[in-house]
Amino acid sequence: MLPANCLPALAALALGLMVAAIAVVAYVAPVDADQGFSQKIFYFHVPVALTAYAMFGWGAWKALRHLWKRERGADLESYVAIHLGVIFGAMTLLTGSIWAKISWGRWWVWSSDQLVLFLVLFLFYAAYFMLRFSVEPGPRRANLSAVYALFGVALIPVSFLAIRISKDIIHPVLFKSSGPDMSGTMFFAFCVSWAAMLALAATLYHVELAGKRLDERLKELREVLAS
Amino acid sequence: MTAAEKYVAAAYLVVFVVVLAYVLIIATKLARLEREVAELADLARERRVREPEHKAVALG
Repeated sequence: MLPANCLPALAALALGLMVAAIAVVAYVAPVDADQGFSQKIFYFHVPVALTAYAMFGWGAWKALRHLWKRERGADLESYVAIHLGVIFGAMTLLTGSIWAKISWGRWWVWSSDQLVLFLVLFLFYAAYFMLRFSVEPGPRRANLSAVYALFGVALIPVSFLAIRISKDIIHPVLFKSSGPDMSGTMFFAFCVSWAAMLALAATLYHVELAGKRLDERLKELREVLAS
Repeated sequence: MTAAEKYVAAAYLVVFVVVLAYVLIIATKLARLEREVAELADLARERRVREPEHKAVALG
């Protein structure tokens, strides 16, 4: 758990990195020779997608801690991480669609494996909430949610590797086994943007978690006072 | 403003609007929690007022 006084520092870091990312993308990163100015969507679209994967992964890790070690609060942490993963997933789909429209002339391309697999992953995690809220709160709900979160994380490498295995020529692959396929300045702008997104996700995660924990404690207090 | 610039602005705006909507939801939840804390404080105060009466009855 993050100490309460660290949350404002984390939020300030996220804000600073976000401002830095916008400045670097606008003034430092060069305009792409092939795609032109529209390529600048990449600096937010890809970090948002990678952050969504990171949140799903963190949710699965916490789910594993719940099932394996019966760690107190791990179920709530897993739920909050997956909630944020879905929000970042929605942002990935929206920014990706805007980029697709300017680059390919269409909002969505069903023939692209990576797009469809990301949509499958997003819908899988969206269904997590239907499962969770259809079961009464308690150990059964926590266990079912944890198992579901662990199944979902298996889809991440499938989604990530599908584009490399298949011969998808629509969606570009920039991170190859030989390294990133972009200039040093572009890679720097990408790293700053990704750090900003991770800091933003971490801040939102701790804010939501603090709210949920407070809610739980208030419920306990209400029960004590009512008795 | 070129078409490419408009699309880039739209993509960045999407991220901004989603985060803003999230903050709005969290702010609404925070307001609810504040109300609940006030209610519980009232409840605790009422109990404190009532408890000496109970004690007096028990002693009397």
